[in-house]
Amino acid sequence: MNVHEYQAKEILAGFGVPVLRGRIAYTATEARAAAQSLGGEVWVVKAQVHAGGRGKAGGIKVARSLDEVAAAADELIGKRLVTPQTGADGTEVGRVYVEEGVSIAAERYVGMTLDRKRGRYVAMVSTEGGVEIEEVAASTPERIRTVVVDPAVGMRPYQARELAFALDLDPDARRSAERTILAMSEAFVATDASLVEINPLAAVGEGMVLALDAKMNFDDNALFRHPDISELRDETEEDPREIEATNYGLSYIKLDGNIGCMVNGAGLAMATLDLITFEGGQPANFLDVGGGATEERVSQAFKIILSDPDVEAVLVNIFGGIMRCDTIAEGIVGAVREVSLHVPLVVRLEGTNVDIGTRILAESGLAITTAGDLGDAARKIVAAIGDHR
Amino acid sequence: MAILVNGKTRVICQGFTGAQGTFHSEQAIAYGTRMVGGVTPGKGGTTHLGLPVFDTVREAVAETGADATVIYVPPPFAADAILEAADAGVRLAVCITEGIPVLDMVRVRRVLEGSRTRLVGPNCPGVITPGACKIGIMPGHIHLAGSVGIVSRSGTLTYEAVAQTTAARLGQSTCVGIGGDPVPGTTFVDVLREFVADDATRSIVLIGEIGGVAEEEAAEFLRGAGSDKPVVAFIAGRAAPPGRRMGHAGAIIAGGTGGADAKIEALREAGVTVVDSPAEIGSTMARVASG
Repeated sequence: MNVHEYQAKEILAGFGVPVLRGRIAYTATEARAAAQSLGGEVWVVKAQVHAGGRGKAGGIKVARSLDEVAAAADELIGKRLVTPQTGADGTEVGRVYVEEGVSIAAERYVGMTLDRKRGRYVAMVSTEGGVEIEEVAASTPERIRTVVVDPAVGMRPYQARELAFALDLDPDARRSAERTILAMSEAFVATDASLVEINPLAAVGEGMVLALDAKMNFDDNALFRHPDISELRDETEEDPREIEATNYGLSYIKLDGNIGCMVNGAGLAMATLDLITFEGGQPANFLDVGGGATEERVSQAFKIILSDPDVEAVLVNIFGGIMRCDTIAEGIVGAVREVSLHVPLVVRLEGTNVDIGTRILAESGLAITTAGDLGDAARKIVAAIGDHR
Repeated sequence: MAILVNGKTRVICQGFTGAQGTFHSEQAIAYGTRMVGGVTPGKGGTTHLGLPVFDTVREAVAETGADATVIYVPPPFAADAILEAADAGVRLAVCITEGIPVLDMVRVRRVLEGSRTRLVGPNCPGVITPGACKIGIMPGHIHLAGSVGIVSRSGTLTYEAVAQTTAARLGQSTCVGIGGDPVPGTTFVDVLREFVADDATRSIVLIGEIGGVAEEEAAEFLRGAGSDKPVVAFIAGRAAPPGRRMGHAGAIIAGGTGGADAKIEALREAGVTVVDSPAEIGSTMARVASG
């Protein structure tokens, strides 16, 4: 799960990461009041969206008067911000963060994530602050310093020191960075984060560092023990169909094509998308109905797939293991009748009681094309799209 | 021979009296697995499915001589269940549970370093040596005792490979689902090492997916293993967009790594036959295994 910058900063500040003072605003009037209560002469008005790359997209504005703060907020709120991470449609800005201005002496990168190869968390720093860490890793990997955190003891002070020295800061700022890195690590573990990025970590005049921008992602599997973090979920940042699917225990992801897919198992679902693409088609979604695909789940899955106006055909691919194919076939027939399907449907069933399942589909009187194997299913659905047009 | 489990493996179930534990233990018993008991804290001393129930894994092991356990405990308590099994000295722990927090698994893996317990999973279908021992949620009847060792990150894709190698009358020596989580107990390399050394395994199917570098590590291992057993692989997720988690917690292309093409290339360079379609696993194996 993602949260906004201001929420990440609030969490990190709770563990001792220094941040600037700021206030959230949903209107230009609120933004002006926020700036006024913060005081000072310079403010930064920052669009709050989950996607990165806001700066280059015009989502961050410096204001030197209360009028400028209001004007910046007015321009940003309601605007669709297009960044390299949002896709062409962009994402709508619902709120802005008004932060006090500060003069910056240096920018650095500090982050923490999972190293899957080691099965441990790693903290990383780079002298190249304010740029994407992936770019630094690709072009100048020697500028990234990494330490591996032993989960038995957590990040040790010497490790934070090692990273802080690698940041190449003056002694006071270095000590501030050391404390900040330890605080970040503590926050990471305490909140079950999957990613923390402080980029840039800014050195400011008084020999200290602070988190000028902050990003936190959280492990969805651990949200059950962090109700405070779950509450920060911003559903306007997510596809409504994906949220709906989650409520029914389905895993759904919207894609760009026109072939709706319903599959059991994440691996088989991915392979189905691969095969459709391989045959020249374009999948409209990823959908894993899970292992215990009941009639109700199949029906809900159909509704979610068909609520996407881009869908022009549907492919169902189920390997019935513990779940029998006759039960699944009945679920499909029931769902097709219930939603009065208006696009071509190709069904491929395999596994337990596949013969009975196939017969149920054939005898239903519905316009269902059956397929023998995965490859056959992909070819038939791509052909169906062609015929339907 | 086979690997990890055989007809002598004595299996207990943690989360035995729950819905999942009950259903799949019934299936395992029907398949012929030597289930010898189960664990549900607070229900010790009772009987379930005709088998003794214990309060702790330690008692269950002492009383039944179990050397393997299958875990159906819900996600918040699953990591603890794995550690309890390890502390009781169980040789093999198979964790089916999906949705365990990553931090829990990072800690579990740290504790298991140097332990005699091998963890398979979590978030996996389990381990089966056809005709001898089924531990997990896979449908037993699609399997056939034979010569192909199958190792996979995906459940239903494993069943595809099983059904196809059964249809080709090759059968399977052992099938190991290592699971779709980012921090698994057992990796491709762990299983490949055993398959390479196993007499019953004459060829290998590897099913990978996007995310992480486990397939690249498998390729590196195979390059240096000096094995002449043919390997057929399929990698799911070629069409997946970067940055989107495709169902499995581990299936995501992030930070410029984890894409399918690099995995396929690494495997091909290691002499592995990588198929473009999962529908071709069985026929391809029949061809390379006979050639």
